[in-house]
Parts: sequence; C-alpha cells; structure tokens
Amino acid sequence: MKAWDAIIIGGGHNGLVNACYLQRAGLDVLVVEKNGWVGGAATSRELTPGFLYSNCSYVCSLFRPEIMRDLELPRFGLQVISYEGGAVFTRDGDYLANYRDHDAHRREFARFSRRDAEAYDRYARDVTRQCRFIQPLLMRTAPDPTSLKPRDLGELLYLGKKFAGLSAEEMALTLRFWTMSISEFLDEYFETDVIKANFALSGIIGTALGPMSPGTAYVLLHHYMGEVDGSVGAWGYARGGMGAVTKALAASFKASGGTIRTGAEVDHVLVSRGKAKGVVLAGGEEIYGKLVVSNADVKRTFLKLVEEKELPDIFLRRVRNFKIRGSSGKVNIALDSLPEFPALPKDSPVYRGDMHFTDSMERMERAYDDWKAGRWSTDPFLDMVIPTTLDPTMAPPGKHFMSCFVQYAPPKVNGREWTDADRNGFAESVIAQIAEYSPGFRDRIVHMEVRTPREIEAEVGLTEGNIFQGELTFDQLLFNRPVPGYAQYRSPVRGLYMCGSSTHPGGGVMGAPGRNAAAEILRDLAKSTSHMSPAHDVI
Amino acid sequence: MAQATRKKPAAKTADATVSARIAAQGHFRTLRLGTPFQPRLDALAKTQDWYNWAGYRAPHSLWDEELEYFAIRSQAALFDISPMIKYRIEGPDAEAFLDRVTLRDVTKLKPGRVHYTAWCDDEGFVLDDGTLFRLSPTRFRLCSQERHLPWLLDGAIGFNVTVEEETEAVAGLALQGPTSFAVLRDAGFAGVEKLRVFDLADFPHDGATVTISRTGFTGDLGYELFVPADKALSLWDRLMTAGELRGIRAIGYTALNRARLEAGLIVANADFTTAEHAIRADRLRRPDEIGLGFMIDPENAHFNGRRAILEARAKRKLRHVLVGLEIEGNIPAEHAIVYHKKHQEVGLVSAAMWSPMAKRNIAIASLARPYGDTVVEDLWVEIYAMRELQYQKLMKRAKVMPRPFIKLDRRTANPPADF
Repeated sequence: MKAWDAIIIGGGHNGLVNACYLQRAGLDVLVVEKNGWVGGAATSRELTPGFLYSNCSYVCSLFRPEIMRDLELPRFGLQVISYEGGAVFTRDGDYLANYRDHDAHRREFARFSRRDAEAYDRYARDVTRQCRFIQPLLMRTAPDPTSLKPRDLGELLYLGKKFAGLSAEEMALTLRFWTMSISEFLDEYFETDVIKANFALSGIIGTALGPMSPGTAYVLLHHYMGEVDGSVGAWGYARGGMGAVTKALAASFKASGGTIRTGAEVDHVLVSRGKAKGVVLAGGEEIYGKLVVSNADVKRTFLKLVEEKELPDIFLRRVRNFKIRGSSGKVNIALDSLPEFPALPKDSPVYRGDMHFTDSMERMERAYDDWKAGRWSTDPFLDMVIPTTLDPTMAPPGKHFMSCFVQYAPPKVNGREWTDADRNGFAESVIAQIAEYSPGFRDRIVHMEVRTPREIEAEVGLTEGNIFQGELTFDQLLFNRPVPGYAQYRSPVRGLYMCGSSTHPGGGVMGAPGRNAAAEILRDLAKSTSHMSPAHDVI
Repeated sequence: MAQATRKKPAAKTADATVSARIAAQGHFRTLRLGTPFQPRLDALAKTQDWYNWAGYRAPHSLWDEELEYFAIRSQAALFDISPMIKYRIEGPDAEAFLDRVTLRDVTKLKPGRVHYTAWCDDEGFVLDDGTLFRLSPTRFRLCSQERHLPWLLDGAIGFNVTVEEETEAVAGLALQGPTSFAVLRDAGFAGVEKLRVFDLADFPHDGATVTISRTGFTGDLGYELFVPADKALSLWDRLMTAGELRGIRAIGYTALNRARLEAGLIVANADFTTAEHAIRADRLRRPDEIGLGFMIDPENAHFNGRRAILEARAKRKLRHVLVGLEIEGNIPAEHAIVYHKKHQEVGLVSAAMWSPMAKRNIAIASLARPYGDTVVEDLWVEIYAMRELQYQKLMKRAKVMPRPFIKLDRRTANPPADF
C-alpha cells in the first residue's frame, strides 16, 4: 500500500502553504480536506446564483510577501485589489473616515479634534516601532526557552538582543503594549471617543476580549503587521473573494505535483508506538504517510483526531485549557443594489473600504458584556465591506456582495447550543444596525448566509468558530503557542506536526505558520530549504 | 435617537458643532489645499512643478529655478510660507509657558522681537526648531515645520495660557533679497526702515493688520509678513506692484533651499529627524548634536529636556555633531558618505550645493563624534555623480567650516540699504 511522504489534514491556507513547500522540496504530498472544496476559512462560495461570498475571512492584509513569491501566487491567479479607506459612522449623522493620504487623514481627524489630529504621528510612530520589533519574529520558529540546543540558545539570544537593543523608554512601552488594554493604550494618545473606537476595533477582532481587557493592545499590533514592510496593497480584496488565495495555493500545489482529496474527512490519526503512520478517514479508509501535518486547530487535532492515551497528561491539560473561545460570527449578504448611506457623500472612497457603526469605547465594551453573559451582542460591532465596489467578479452587474464580520457571538447561547431561532436573532441584530444608517437596506437583500460559531465550527472545523485558532493574547504567543514545549510545530507524537494558526505566529491569512512548520519538517528530514525565501529584512 | 436630541433647543450648540463638522466632510476631494495666495501662484506657475508641503500644494519652482535663486540674491523674491505650521499662544502665563517648553530664554525676548529656537522632549531630543514671535507681552506666535498641538497643550497644563493652531487662518509671505526693503517702503509701509534684524511691528493693510518682521531663511536682507488669510491677495498685489521696478519675483522652494544652505540654516526632517517622527531610536538628536547648543543657557532655570541635555554634556554622551563642510571642486556632494582618512565612515551629508555666492562647494553634514568635533583633519566625501548613466566616483577632501557660508552686510545694515 502506498505511503505518502506527508499527509496534510485540512486544506486551509496554512495547510496548503505547508503542502506547497513540502512538495517543492521533493516530497510526495497529499492534502485531505473534509469539505468538497479547499480553502478552510479562506473560501469563496456561490450559495445563491451569481453571487460569490467570501464566506469567512474577507480581506487580505497579512499574507507574507515571501510566501507569495516562493509559491508564485500571482502567476497562479492571485490579484489583490487595494482598498482606499474606511469609516466609523457616528450616531449624530456624521462619520469619521480613515483616508490613505496622510494629510486627508489628519484633516478628517481635525473635524473631531484638532489635538487628536496632531497626535496621530506619535501614535503611528510608536505602533510602527512595536511592529518593527515583532515583525521579524513572524517568520522564525520561536525558541524553546528551556532548551540548551545551540539553535534555541541562538534564537533566544536573537530575541534578547532585539529586546536589549530597545531604549529604556521603548522597553517599557513594549512590555506595556504586550499587556495593556487597547482602551488604555489609546487614552495615551487620543481624547475623542470615536477616534479611539476607530483604532480600537483592530484590538478586539477575533478575540473574546473587550477593548478594556488587558492584552488587547497586542491584538491591534497583529493587525498592523501587514503594513510594516510597505508591501504594496497591504490591505485589499482578493479578486474573486478570499477563496482566490487558496485557489492560487491549490493551483501552485498541483502544478508542482501535489495531490488534493476533497470530501475526505479525517476521523483520526493512525498512531503506532508513539509515531504517526497515517490517517483514517470517516469512511474507514486508511491512508498511510511517513508523516502527518495537521492544519486543524490544536484542540481539534489533539482532542478529536488523536487518542488520549497517545498524549502526555500535562500536554492534554494545556491543550484543553488553550483559549480558543468563539467570539464572532459572519453575515454574508447578497444585495440587488448598492446600499446608500445618507451620511456618506456619494463619491466617498469609504464605499470601497471598511465600514463600522460602533462609535464609542463604551458601546464596544457593552457589546462584550453581552458575550460574557452568554448572549450575542444586541448592539454588535461590525466590520463591513462591499468588495463588489472594486471586484465585479463576485456579483451580477449592479448587484453587490456585502460581508459583515460580527462581534460578539458566544460559542453557546446562555450555556446551551445555538438554535436556528438564535441564528435568526443574531442576523437581525446585524441587519437592524445597518438599516439604522442605510434606509431601505432590508429591501435590497436577496440572500443571506448567517454564520454563528456553530456554523463556522461545523463547516470549517474551527473550534468554537475562533478565527485565529486560538486567541492572540500574550500568554499564548511565541514559545507558548499553542502550549509550552510544543511551540516548534512538533507534537508529543513523533511524525505528527501542526501547521495551523494555533501555532506561532498565529491567525489571519498570513501563511507564516504553514511555512514555518514546513521549515521544521524539512529540518527533521535533513532536506534543503533553499526554495524558501528568508524573511525580508526590517532595516 | 441622535436625531431626536438634535431637535431639542437645549442642544443647539452641539447641533452647531455637528453641522460644522459635517460641512467639513468634503475635504477628501482635495488632498492638497491651495494657500490663500494660490490664485496668484497658479497664474505664475509656468513649470507646474508642485510638491506637498504639509498638505498644501507648494511650488518647487514657478518658472526657472536658477533665476528664482538669483532673484533672492540680486532682486527681491516673494515666497509663500503659509503652509508653515503656526500656533497662537496667549495669556498671562504665555512667557512662562514658552520659557518652560522651548530651549531659549523667553524672558529675554522682548515684545516686538523674534528669535529662532527649538524644543525637546523629556529626554532632551529635539522635537522641532522654529521661530517664536513675541507679538505683545502676553501674545506669541510659534512657527514650526511639524505639528505639535498635543505637546503644547499638555505642556500648558498648569499655566494660564491658551494654545491655538492658526495655520489656515494666517497667511504668510517671505520677501527676501537686497531690494526687499525698498519694495516695502515703496508699498507704503511707513516706518519699516526702523525694523532691525529680528524686530517685528504691525502695519495697517486693507482694513486689517500685517505683521512684518525683519527675518528670513536666506541669510540676506529680508522680511516676513503675516496677514489674515482674507487679506492675502491684496497684500500680494500691493508688494508686486511696488516691486515691479525692483525686480520682485515669486519663487519656489528649490531656490529658497539653496539660499538657506548658503546661510547655513538647517531644515527639520531634512538635516535631522524630529523626535516624534523617528522610528529608529538612534536617529534622535539632542540640540548639541545638530548645532543648536548655542540656544541652551545652563543658567536658565527650567526648560523641557534640560536635565537630560546637561547630563549628556557632563557625561559626554553626545554622539553626533552637525557641521558645515567646504568640499574641494565644484561637484555637489548631496547625501554623500563622509570618511576619515578615505576609508572610515564617519557621517553623511544631508544637504549640498555649489554656492553661486560663495563660489564654493558647500555642504551640511552629520558626523559621529569625535569626527567633526575634535578630529577635523583628513575628512573626505565620496561623491557618486551620475553622468549619462555612469557614476563618476570622486573622493574629495572636506574641510569643516563655520556657518553661515556667506555673510552679507546688507542683512544687518541699519538703516537697510536702498537698492
């Protein structure tokens, strides 16, 4: 019976990135995907005729340029269309926009506060400094601080040197940044509520924390990372939806000789004498492989796909305690015409950017209060985009696709499972909010896909529907991601690796976990990594 | 909900604030504003060579950058300085506040006088340099390259003073060159001859007031004029008419930049990086490292950054020095690397030109101490001169020179000469 060199469980973007790098290193690689399509949380699906939805992830910002280059994604059809701005609508009939142009940005802020307008440069400087510190770590395997191996010591030294290279003031800021709340961080720069709310949203997206929870400042950093090395089109829509990213990855993989099996759900990993031997599909079919790489999150991998007896107790306990709480949902809407927002001038670039309705820190925190009480937010935080204003391939002419990322949505409602009635209530909270700012909005709706944590977990396989495969709080980062001692993509089971966003450096459609895992696997196999570009310098 | 609140009479002020805010939404359609002088500049802009000056459309040149430069040195040049950031600082504690915030001793700055100063953060790193105009005992105008409202407002806590940004409200012109005095006199600004260097005075203009100071950025005889934005065009016309036979010309920044280099003056974020914009911590500079040490009077009781600056002096922690260089030959050494003994890299040229006035090849450079400080011999610059797609690599000797590179008696002569 054939034994593949490597079997990748899950055809999400990290699974595919990992598969591409391994295949290009000369391995014979199989990707098994439970759904009838690849993509994981980076998919585009036509659920109603003529409309393509970016079902889960909806913007492209963090994908590492080194990976795009190595895997030739532009050649395989990936196009990213930059978007031009965004706005928070305010309840007094106005909005606060973000413009790409530095001076327009300042003048926009000055409409609300001249002081805050002039505070932006210092804020941008400090955030950029922090990003420059973190960014080079993204494409490196985190060192094991308990290891005495020369490589770990070297990496620790690298970390230490980077830290020692900071001034006393920066060091203090770095430590505070990693631990403080986004609300407190913004208080140090800005005085206007809506301006703070505008920046704070990046601190809570995908996280089961509120803007006033410690640790949220770092989440903001994670979202800014895409902009550090000045990659052109840092924030944009993938033409054809986010599925275009994984479509290009799959094409690249196949072009280099890789094999993908869809509709092949893995029931469990075959383990013999502490070593992974392959996978058993839901139908009972056994597929053998010299090594197995899981793109699934750490909980799904080790609590569902591997038998408990194969795993050490402490590891299991830590996996169980890994925070991967469901906090968000998604409402995808097909519209028969472009919605109007009377507050927004008709020629505003904001129509082609991201729109929000949460104009104060308190509203944002109140939305989180609902989550803590086990309810979806009655006044949710929305990150709303209309990609069809820039991408005609996703809807028929004149019609539009709108993507709403919705926060907060609890993994369970009042301690019980979500019901269809709950899901409708959740959708209604979103529609009601949009309709408040866009008269006639309801009448434009042709079709809707409503995804609570229940649907996201069931379809994509993300535990609790957590978009980052585990929260990006500092206790779960670097050598503690996903659990201490196993931050280098390996697991207690020999030959079983992790490559999903549960691993360093975490979530977002970045590709770095998949790439870093491939580098570790090839190191174990004593194979060359010369086809992998090193991380770009930050000078 | 918000709508309901807006209809209540009690909420009228809030209503007005919101309306004003909404009325200002359309700025996104014009990314580069025109200054109050824009109609005149547009009419003269034959080169259509614009750049972005703090969000304004400003001319690099208007018709001929060479001749524009010579207008400064031989005639009278009119340069629009409206985009310069301006703050109005007023109140009983204005003097004490500014003395606290800025480096130089403001108690010595008399009403009707101007001085060049700088200000630092708590670590003594330079936030910006600029000019401080004392318009009255309790009213000042601070002009700068970058924006500092949060810094100034935070510094004002505990002082009885108001700080307002007035960049858009106040239009500014620099009138520079040997005939500038004659132009002003002929334009009817009676008494302007009494202005000595760094003096300022108010003059009536078009039913309003123009503040004229004998200041400038050229090292030449010259004046700067500040006027309410709605009187900008009439002021421009008044000067242009009066100056017609004295060779008055509107100029762009390229010409001005040459004149300022001859005068040995530095530009923030060209010759040094301002502290609020420095991403890399080692780019921060203390006043002594960019040639502004003269502003510091250790006896002056208390100004921001004082402790750090004096400590850096005492512990010899000053790592850089900004110097003027004279470079052999006539090929400008812009952004050239400076070497000691032709091989050890010791600094960088931030601005360089062939000076038509000094007839010398001049530059401003930042060097790592002790080079440029105690070690001034055997310095060289490596010039990469691109000539028809080939670099002509030149290693030229550089000599540290005092600034300004040119000294013109007419700049300070009293009364100013009638050219």
